[in-house]
Amino acid sequence: MGFESLRRSLLAGERVVAFTRADGAGLGARMLVWPDGRAEGELGEADLDRKALALATAETLPATGLREIEGVEVFVETFEPLPQLFIVGAVHVAIHLVHFARRLGFRSVVVDARSAFANAERFPHADELIVEWPADYLARVPLHANTYCVFLTHDEKLDNPALQVALEAGVRYVGALGSSRTHAKRVAALREAGLADGLIDRIHAPIGLDLGGRKPEEIAMAIAAELVAVRNRQAGGER
Amino acid sequence: MLDILPDVDRWRADGQRVAVATVIRTVGSSPRPLGSKMAVSDAGSIAGSVSGGCIEGAVIEEAQSVLEDGLPKRLSYGISDEQAWSVGLTCGGEVEVLVERIDG
Repeated sequence: MGFESLRRSLLAGERVVAFTRADGAGLGARMLVWPDGRAEGELGEADLDRKALALATAETLPATGLREIEGVEVFVETFEPLPQLFIVGAVHVAIHLVHFARRLGFRSVVVDARSAFANAERFPHADELIVEWPADYLARVPLHANTYCVFLTHDEKLDNPALQVALEAGVRYVGALGSSRTHAKRVAALREAGLADGLIDRIHAPIGLDLGGRKPEEIAMAIAAELVAVRNRQAGGER
Repeated sequence: MLDILPDVDRWRADGQRVAVATVIRTVGSSPRPLGSKMAVSDAGSIAGSVSGGCIEGAVIEEAQSVLEDGLPKRLSYGISDEQAWSVGLTCGGEVEVLVERIDG
């Protein structure tokens, strides 16, 4: 069933579309297609295979669900790579946030220039731990629409230049820790640095949904809740 | 899929056979979205889920025969289905599941 290839792709964070025949005749026959046109397996009919290949290499990937292709019922399943969460600031809140993020299906990368904070002893569960000036790091890695950035350092020298990189790259979510007063100062500094108001307005600050907590784990939970709400395109309030 | 991988990897490393059930169709309110998966080992361990707990028992039973003969099965559970009542599909929807054995 192409399990091993699928497994490898998912762990490598690749996009892949799986086509599985759901009709009586060929139940379970599977073809995997990568958006670059590579394919593995077949559905048993040349026309069907060709159509599947076209669907999986189109501009917009097909939604997961049953569909009829060439008169045959096929279960189409699009696997997207995990969303990336960059946590700038290896602070206490970040330790809890990494745990929540992992359970919630985010791949987390913790970045801090200070190795006393950013070390494996404090962050055994981070998918990556980077000791580097955050702005430099964010400027050299791919940031995209499936990227979430959280700024927790409380140090504008570390936060602000990195914030600017994330906002200009058009990532999905940018949140920054700090009170409304801290944020007002930050906004002024970012304007001073030449950042457009339209981009500055995208910062979620104060960060997180309003859960009312002050403890690091409560703040981390509020941030995690906001990440999930954004991922699900919800405002995140009471039902 | 990623949620069941750690368990599936461990079972396979132990030499167990593993079947995977996937939600391929839902009608009405259903607790798990399309593509949700549950893995079942021949030792009876499970990982993941295909409903809020209503049909898991029945699917696990069906998975045993899939593990035996390797033939995939498409299963249907819904309120119009006698069996669904007996396994307690209280969510009131309809769920279809594809069960297959991992063969490489």
